[in-house]
Amino acid sequence: MAQVNLNLQNQEEVNIAESFEYSDTFSKKLKIFWRRFRKHKLAVVGLIILIILYTSAIFAPFIAPYDPNGTPDDLLFTDKAPTFKPYTDFNMNGEEVVFKPNYFGRDELGRDVFSRCLYAGRISLTVGFVSVGIYVLIGIIWGAIAGYYGGIVDSIMMRIVDAIMSMPTMMLLITILAVFKPNLYNVMIVIGLTGWTGVARYVRAEFLSLKKRDFVEAARCIGCSNARIIFKHILPNAMAPVIVAATMGIAGAILTESTLSFFGLGVQPPTASWGNMLTNAQELNTMIQSPWKAFYPGFLIFITVLSFNFVGDGLRDALDPKLKQ
Amino acid sequence: MFKYIVKRILQAIPLLFIITLITFLIINLAPGEPIYMFIDPESAKHVNIEVIKHKYGLDQPIHIRYFVWLKGILKFDFGISFLEKRPVLQMINQRLFATISLMLVSVIISFLIAIPAGIVSAVKRNSVGDYLFSTLSFIGVSIPSFWFGLMLILLFSLKLGWLPSSGMRENFDQFDFVDRLKHIILPACVLAFGTMASKMRYMRSSMLEVIRQDYIRTARSKGLSERIVIWKHAFRNALLPIITLLGMLLPGIFGGAVAVETVFGWPGMGRMIVQSTFSRDYPVIMGTELFSSILVIIGSLIADVLYAVADPRIKYN
Repeated sequence: MAQVNLNLQNQEEVNIAESFEYSDTFSKKLKIFWRRFRKHKLAVVGLIILIILYTSAIFAPFIAPYDPNGTPDDLLFTDKAPTFKPYTDFNMNGEEVVFKPNYFGRDELGRDVFSRCLYAGRISLTVGFVSVGIYVLIGIIWGAIAGYYGGIVDSIMMRIVDAIMSMPTMMLLITILAVFKPNLYNVMIVIGLTGWTGVARYVRAEFLSLKKRDFVEAARCIGCSNARIIFKHILPNAMAPVIVAATMGIAGAILTESTLSFFGLGVQPPTASWGNMLTNAQELNTMIQSPWKAFYPGFLIFITVLSFNFVGDGLRDALDPKLKQ
Repeated sequence: MFKYIVKRILQAIPLLFIITLITFLIINLAPGEPIYMFIDPESAKHVNIEVIKHKYGLDQPIHIRYFVWLKGILKFDFGISFLEKRPVLQMINQRLFATISLMLVSVIISFLIAIPAGIVSAVKRNSVGDYLFSTLSFIGVSIPSFWFGLMLILLFSLKLGWLPSSGMRENFDQFDFVDRLKHIILPACVLAFGTMASKMRYMRSSMLEVIRQDYIRTARSKGLSERIVIWKHAFRNALLPIITLLGMLLPGIFGGAVAVETVFGWPGMGRMIVQSTFSRDYPVIMGTELFSSILVIIGSLIADVLYAVADPRIKYN
C-alpha cells in the first residue's frame, strides 16, 4: 500500500515537473514539448511529410526534371502516361534524344506534371502561411481587445464575429474575389481577412479567464498600461490555443486556396497551383484518358492538409493537454 | 421558453444587419465605380454614366445609399441579373430546391454514419475502433471535396459505370425517384464525408460526458444490460447537443455545396454563384451570398429553438 502511495506521489511530481508552467527556461520547455509531441505518432509522421514537401518546394529548381512552364519539345508528348525510366524519342529537330522520366505523366500541353507539382507546391504552401499569418494577427488583436475590455465593446465585437461566422465562407470568398481581381495576392489577403473569427474567439475566451488572475492584478498595481498588460502579460499565456488553431488554419487555408483556384478564382494560370492544375481535369474525356493529371495534384493537397491537421492535433496534445476531449 | 425564443430571434436581427452591411461594403469598396455593380459594364459604354448614376441614386452619399439598398432587400428585391435579365430572387428560387435536397440528403447520410461511429468511439474509448474513426475523421476534413468528387466520378461513373457523373435534371417536372437517387448519391456522399468528422467528434465527447453522469451509474447498478444503458439511457441525452451542432455546421455545408455542385454539375445555388463570377453578374453573386447567409441564420435559429424545446434542462435566461 505504501509502495502504491509513493508511486502516485512520484507520478504527480513528474507531472508537475513536466508541465510548462513550472519549467522556466525555454530549452526545458522545448524538451518537455518534444517529449509530449513525440507520443503522437501520426503527428510525427505528418511533420516528416511536411518537412519533405517544404524541402522539395524550396529546392524545386534542382529537383524538377523539366521546366514547369513547358519546353518546345513538350507538345510532341501531350498527355503522356507516367514513366519511371528515361526514354529515347525524337525531339522537335528530329534528333533522337534521351528524355528524363515523367513520374506523374504529362498534361494536355505536354508539360511534366511532376515538375509542375513541385513548383505549384511553392505557391500552395506559401498561401497557407501568409494568409494564416494575416488572420492570426487580426484574430489576436480583436480577441484580446474584446476579452480584456469586456462589456459593450466585447458584445459589439463578438456580434461582428458571429455575423462573419454565419456567412458561408466559401460564398463570401467567391463574392469578394469576383469583385476584386482573383490572383495569388488577393487570395491570400481575402482568406486572411475572412478566417480570423476562430482565432478571435479562442483568444477572447483565454483573456476572459486570464484577466481575473492575480498576476494581471499585480501588473496593474505596478502601473502597467493596458497595452502592456494585454501583450506582455496575458497574451503569452494565451498562445497555446492560437498555435493549435493556426496550424489547423494553415490546413484550412491550403484547402480553401486550392478550391478557389480550382474554380478559376484563385491563382491564375500559367502560374501553377495544385488547385488550378485540377481545373482542366474536370472534363470527362480527360478523366478517362489521363487520370494522372487529376490524381497527383489533388493527392498532394490531401497529404499536405492531412499532415497539417495531424501536426495541429499533436501540438494540442503537447501544448495544452486540457484541450483534449 | 417563449421568452427564450423571442430573445433568440432578437439576437439574430443585429447579425442580419451586420451581414447586410458587410455585403454592401464589399460592393462599394470594389475598385472602380460601384455603378458597375448595378448595371452591366457592356451596356454602360453607350449611355451617359451620370444619368444612370442619378437614376440608381449613386450620386448620393454612401449611408443613404445603404439604407435605400437595405429597403430593397427588406422588400425581397435582390436586384436583376445582367445576364438573364430577371429578378435574382426568382433565379435563386429555382435553384433552392436542388441545393436544399442535396444538403438534406448529405446531412442524413453523415448522421447515419457519424452517430454510431461517435458512440462506438466513446463507449470503447482508446480501442482500435476509436483510433480508426478518429483517423477517418481527419481524412474527412483534410480531403479536398472537389478532388474527392472527381475521384469518385472516375471510379464509379467512368470505370465501373454504376452511377451517372452529372446531368441532374434542372426542371423537376417528371419525378423519377430512382433516377433522382442515382444522381444524388455521389455528391451527397462527398458532402457528407467532409462534415462527418465534426459530428463524429461532437457525438463522441457528448457521449463521454453523458456516460459519466449519475443516472448512468444508477442504470448500471440496477443491473441493466450495457446495451440498454447505452442505447436507451445515454444515447438520447447525448443526441440532444447535436441539434445545435447542425446550426453551427450550416455555413460549412453551404460552402462545401459550392465545390460539390460544381464538380457534379448539380443545378444548385453553389454552381450558380460560381458560374456568375465568370460573367461578372454581380447582382446574382451578391444576392446568392446574402440569401445563403440569411438561410444560415434562420437555420441556426431553428436549431437553437429546437434544442430548447427538446432539452428541458436548458436555462432560458
